[in-house]
Amino acid sequence: MTHTQKRIVTNKIIMVLSTLSAVIGIGFLLWILSVLVINGVDALSATIFLNEGAPPGNENGGLKHALIGQLLLVSYASLFGVPLGILAGTYLSEYGLKSKLAETIRDISDIMMSAPSIVIGAFVYAIVVAPSGQFSGWAGSIALMIIMLPIILRTTDDMLHLVPSTLREAAFALGAPKYKVIIQVVYRGAKAGVLTGVLLGVARVAGETAPLLFTSFNDNFLNTDMSQPMASLTVTMYNYATSPYEDWQKLGWAAAFILSMFILTLNILGRLFLLKKRGK
Amino acid sequence: MSNIIDKVFANAAKFIAIGVLLLVAWIFTVLFEHSLESIEAFGFSFLTETKWAPNLEKFGALPAIYGSVVSTFLAMILAVPLAIGVAIFLSEIAHAKIKTPVGVSIELLAAIPSVIYGMWGLFYFVPIIRDIFGGIGISMLTAGIVLSIMILPFMAAVTRDAMNTTPDILKESAYALGGTKWDVVKDIIIPYAKAGIIGSFILALGRAIGETMAVTFVMGNVHKISADLTQPATSIPVTLANEFAEADSGLYYSSLFELSLLLLVISFTIISIAKFYFLRRKRIGQ
Repeated sequence: MTHTQKRIVTNKIIMVLSTLSAVIGIGFLLWILSVLVINGVDALSATIFLNEGAPPGNENGGLKHALIGQLLLVSYASLFGVPLGILAGTYLSEYGLKSKLAETIRDISDIMMSAPSIVIGAFVYAIVVAPSGQFSGWAGSIALMIIMLPIILRTTDDMLHLVPSTLREAAFALGAPKYKVIIQVVYRGAKAGVLTGVLLGVARVAGETAPLLFTSFNDNFLNTDMSQPMASLTVTMYNYATSPYEDWQKLGWAAAFILSMFILTLNILGRLFLLKKRGK
Repeated sequence: MSNIIDKVFANAAKFIAIGVLLLVAWIFTVLFEHSLESIEAFGFSFLTETKWAPNLEKFGALPAIYGSVVSTFLAMILAVPLAIGVAIFLSEIAHAKIKTPVGVSIELLAAIPSVIYGMWGLFYFVPIIRDIFGGIGISMLTAGIVLSIMILPFMAAVTRDAMNTTPDILKESAYALGGTKWDVVKDIIIPYAKAGIIGSFILALGRAIGETMAVTFVMGNVHKISADLTQPATSIPVTLANEFAEADSGLYYSSLFELSLLLLVISFTIISIAKFYFLRRKRIGQ
């Protein structure tokens, strides 16, 4: 075999192997998605949205408690996490710039974005659950907020940075004070990008289970009092799926399906906002 | 007036940004403080002792550390070649019409919560492992495989991004000289994007080692070190997920906090190596 032939054959082999690994990887992921859709759609019904949890064997069990709990946990986390994250990101992009302090905050946030979320749960257990003597919705929301903060901070920082500095200079030249320039010019210019960051941040914490296991804990019934243990879709899913009861497992799949669709929708929306902005 | 608002706004923003740093310092401090009881009781033997017996107040973390290392190692061995394959496929092989939908769906799959991968593993993968290897199917091996599938989308996406940083002109020059696709990948893309590719793998490793939900379903939380991968095992996050809400003594809690601290230090170190050594941050735009 000549050298050229050898190169061509090696190339063919590697190309086949790469394509094969892509097929295997995507095959596995399609398998998971189809399992999720088939089991999820099968388990969906109106009662799931109308009824609270029920003891195993009772066919009228639903997920209302978990859906509302999840909504409360994520909403409160976002209520504080989003503005704080945006403000901190604004500092990095508009005031801190390339200073040592700003660079350190960027680095630490980048690391925190990939840090294990269960450790955040342990931290919140120590500062909220242990002193107050009980698991609570607040503790869960605080854990989610801590996870959300670095994500929103970094995307805001990056997105504000994309706003051309000539826009800022033009506003300054008109005599506008800095806060007005930021709020009326920079924020407006970076609206779509910041919104994408917020959506991705919310989507990320909505799927978190580990930090809720011992902060908001769980409750099989509807509870809207944030100072009490609270059900979430993720923890409910974990408890139901690992239970030996078939009807609970079925509810677990319904929860998995609803949650995944919610998270995928947020992700797709976020992408569309960015695309629309780039298209302009 | 607007002068005052200006100052308030600037300082509020700075205060919160610094707050993020303080928060991270606070997390380390709190975890350390709560670990003290266990550190005083066991000292260094906490890391080398194999017995984890809450009823006897004896806590040794070695089985959990062993489980974290082995399951992550398995996941990496399985995921790295697949991720490289997918990345080569997406950057050099796939037609533009396939490239975008496949690339986007892989990114979307990286956003699916890990608890879903764990649930899939429990219901669909555990029976397969049980049929092939016997036993109960809940094992170190199952955990490693489910973990590898969970990190695959993230790893493939960041590896592809790293490969895509190679300037087209370099690739085109190589093709113009008669290079095959593999020649271009091996002699142009990999040398050019080496740091980024290795960084992506280490970043994925940092994520995998702290991953809780994908493995909690399928690992079993058994504090035993076994060379047999088809036996149930535990890892640091699996132990935390299973036992934190049920711990009933100060020392038990303290040992769990020490495990959390250990996990945080390990992941922080791995992610820092990836970030600072391999992936220098590039700011987009301007």
